[in-house]
Amino acid sequence: MTIAQEPTALNFECETGNYHTFCPISCVAWLYQKIEDSFFLVIGTKTCGYFLQNAMGVMIFAEPRYAMAELEEGDISAQLNDYAELKRLCEQIKRDRNPSVIVWIGTCTTEIIKMDLEGLAPKLEGEIGIPIVVARANGLDYAFTQGEDTVLAAMAHRCPDKAPVAEAEKNERNAVQKLLNFGKKKELVAQEESEYVDHPPLVLFGSLPDPVVTQLTLELKKQGIKVSGWLPAKRFTELPVLEEGYYVAGVNPFLSRTATTLMRRRKCKLIGAPFPIGPDGTRAWIEKICSVFGITPKGLDEREAQIWAGLEDYVKLIRGKSVFFMGDNLLEVSLARFLVRCGMTVQEVGIPYMDKRYQAAELAMLEKACQEMGVPSPKMVEKPDNYNQVQRIYDLKPDLVITGMAHANPLEARGINTKWSVEFTFAQIHGFTNARDILELVTRPLRRNNNLKDLGWDKLVREEAKI
Amino acid sequence: MKLAYWMYAGPAHIGTLRVATSFKNVHAIMHAPLGDDYFNVMRSMLSRERDFTPVTTSVVDRHVLARGSQEKVVDNITRKDAEERPDLIVLTPTCTSSILQEDLENFVERAQLEAKGDVLLADVNHYRVNELQAGDRTLHQIVQYYIEKARKKGELPEGKTAKPSVNIIGISTLGFHNNHDCTELKRLMADLGIEVNAVIPEGASVHELKNLPRAWFNLVPYRELGLMTANYLEKEFGTPCIDIVPMGVVETARCIRKIQEVINAQGADVNYEDYINEQTLYVSQAAWFSRSIDCQNLTGKKAVVFGDNTHAAALTKILSREMGIHVVWAGTYCKYDADWFREQVSEYCDEVLITEDHGEIGDAIARVEPSAIFGTQMERHVGKRLDIPCGVIAAPIHVQNFPIGYKPFLGYEGTNQITDLIYNSFTLGMEDHLLEIFGGHDTKEVITKGISAGSDLSWTKDGLAELNKIPGFVRGKVKRNTEKFARDRGFKDISAEVLYAAKEAVGA
Repeated sequence: MTIAQEPTALNFECETGNYHTFCPISCVAWLYQKIEDSFFLVIGTKTCGYFLQNAMGVMIFAEPRYAMAELEEGDISAQLNDYAELKRLCEQIKRDRNPSVIVWIGTCTTEIIKMDLEGLAPKLEGEIGIPIVVARANGLDYAFTQGEDTVLAAMAHRCPDKAPVAEAEKNERNAVQKLLNFGKKKELVAQEESEYVDHPPLVLFGSLPDPVVTQLTLELKKQGIKVSGWLPAKRFTELPVLEEGYYVAGVNPFLSRTATTLMRRRKCKLIGAPFPIGPDGTRAWIEKICSVFGITPKGLDEREAQIWAGLEDYVKLIRGKSVFFMGDNLLEVSLARFLVRCGMTVQEVGIPYMDKRYQAAELAMLEKACQEMGVPSPKMVEKPDNYNQVQRIYDLKPDLVITGMAHANPLEARGINTKWSVEFTFAQIHGFTNARDILELVTRPLRRNNNLKDLGWDKLVREEAKI
Repeated sequence: MKLAYWMYAGPAHIGTLRVATSFKNVHAIMHAPLGDDYFNVMRSMLSRERDFTPVTTSVVDRHVLARGSQEKVVDNITRKDAEERPDLIVLTPTCTSSILQEDLENFVERAQLEAKGDVLLADVNHYRVNELQAGDRTLHQIVQYYIEKARKKGELPEGKTAKPSVNIIGISTLGFHNNHDCTELKRLMADLGIEVNAVIPEGASVHELKNLPRAWFNLVPYRELGLMTANYLEKEFGTPCIDIVPMGVVETARCIRKIQEVINAQGADVNYEDYINEQTLYVSQAAWFSRSIDCQNLTGKKAVVFGDNTHAAALTKILSREMGIHVVWAGTYCKYDADWFREQVSEYCDEVLITEDHGEIGDAIARVEPSAIFGTQMERHVGKRLDIPCGVIAAPIHVQNFPIGYKPFLGYEGTNQITDLIYNSFTLGMEDHLLEIFGGHDTKEVITKGISAGSDLSWTKDGLAELNKIPGFVRGKVKRNTEKFARDRGFKDISAEVLYAAKEAVGA
């Protein structure tokens, strides 16, 4: 190890912001599936619609639960009445689909023409009798995954603020709990209740696939911690109760706005922990929640060690290799931290937006990981410039670049291994169980190119790219 | 406001970018918010491009909105000019940024002061035109810009090429099988002894555009892209435009005859009849296939066609005229050019449908229950749901439309590819016989929840047993037909008798 590689403190930079990422309205693609009784109405232009259809590869099948309210010339020039138009569309949605909630997704265009969605929604909601949640998932203010943040922050306002009195009803609300107790006798359930430590209610926020929700809930249950609910729940009608003083913890690094809303508007207490990504992150997340509730965690050492042991066949493929994050989905810091723990050197962490407070625990953990593993700290680049990044990639020659879809093929053609950052957005990566899936993704390009390396087909472009 | 689930043609800026990035050494600057730049993803992922897409977004964010975007846009243009030295930078807004009503023309003028290359603002109304119209317009604009520039400098070449020559106009990136079509057209021109003066926009340099007037004629293979340019060149230089799509044996011959007429009028003396005859009867397999015993089984089968003007019209003609297939309806999503479509296909189909609403198309398919669909990716999905095979013949573009093997739609090799596509889309000859016999070895449980689930009809034990004997791939259709028959006649229970009565009634 040379002196130049001595660990240093994290160094933050901000570039031009000329970078590629997906539009925040993408969140519709996973949220409509997560919230089963919802309907998402994206109020925007043809450009928005074509994005959802094409770049996201979201095909409309038999029973779509999202649609575009496509703004036409008359809407833009304010010749048409926004309220009347939205009412017409929402009535049609009610007639065709009858959802429990309609989520209006505001876009750049509604921002620019200053369409007062928040003002229109309450009146229309009263008229058609379906709750309307308004989220401004626009590209002027947000990047890619932050779209989910805007929706969850808006939904946080709709969580009931009083726990129902009857216990039966409470169980009804808690879908996860119901699932875990499925098929069990009442007495058994009561007995299980006693397995929990007495602690203030805890609500987790962040949209995760149902199996992962169950895994994390069970992981906390092992420590005697009961998860009272998830934001979002599987159904809008099952949104968790949020009383003043409830504890909340996030599972995704891009939910800073939701966190702020929960603290300021719902007076909840935020548990600021690293995120449950990778065995190290999951352990730290559980430990932090335990410590807040005064619980001494049991068996976490063994659990983490066991997971790491199971990862060894993957880890040995990447140990000592370098990785470069161009920045896309705001999961970069958590993934970088985990990959450092796997023995990689992270050269750069590009990230669209960095909330240093919400990500504080994660950043500290990254710094610590670099120190303990004896690798240099990555350069942190907020609002990166893709052109400059590509030049840096040519210089640094990383073993792996984690990048958005626009740059993957050109980099591969120049002999640089890449992995799509979007895959980490859609894959199940949270918790102990799924750590292997992260490495499955990370190592895939290396394994693939290992298989092909004897062919000598590294560079598939005629001349070196112009600098 | 319009409730929209699906779009057949993209927004205007996609058309502009397709044209701009098709040219060699042209860079586009998008003046747009974060996330509007998914064109880069489409080009990189769908067509597996090896090079970085030459499009840079000058990102509009809250900050830029507050202080005006001029500085940023101009900076990004001049920066890109210095970094990549493109011949031309095309600036385009998107639907979103176009409503800011900024004086982008002025931005371009400012940037031009510093930039070494040319700078042009794509002149497109983002709310009135779609991808196809915008692409056509942008190509026209770029060609006109360089013709006028050359004229001002006195650099326009005089006269025509010595030998007959052609400009192939309208080959572009992210076009439906465009790359293979282009190769096929070049081969065809070589066979005809015609030089290719230029192919635009794909792979062309803007500096060569001044040579366009040297061609003897312009060939516009796709109606959606290139007509405006060809019309402009005809007006300016009198270059004849041939817009007969050389797709299918008959139309390819018609196109070649037109070429013969056009170049002979300019002093050539060619006769392509022998060539056409040779290709039609012996080289292309399509004409022979139409006469072969295989194709006999396709006679009178019902098909529907939907796509862009070029492909939907051509396929309708091929199905009806060259293969004897009954086209129940043919449709296009090119509403802006509907008259042309009607005129082209009316005599080859029972009904013409002009719509951008995929729901209407889905219903129309369900209504006629054709044996095969020829449509876009959307119709392929409709077909999956209804259990009707679908051959994809038109954009919206999909990764499957970039096969790595050679699969043109145009010219004589195109006729073979299309014949394969059509033949393989239908239930094949022997399968047809199985349907006739009603037997087969496939005795899996009948899936009762189908499109007609929840009906008031019930199947008797023997009816169900009989249904079970029908091969799986047609069982759904037989079931639907039988239930329809039973409902029409007021039967409550469907027995084996009813099933066979239904079979007789539909003449299956």
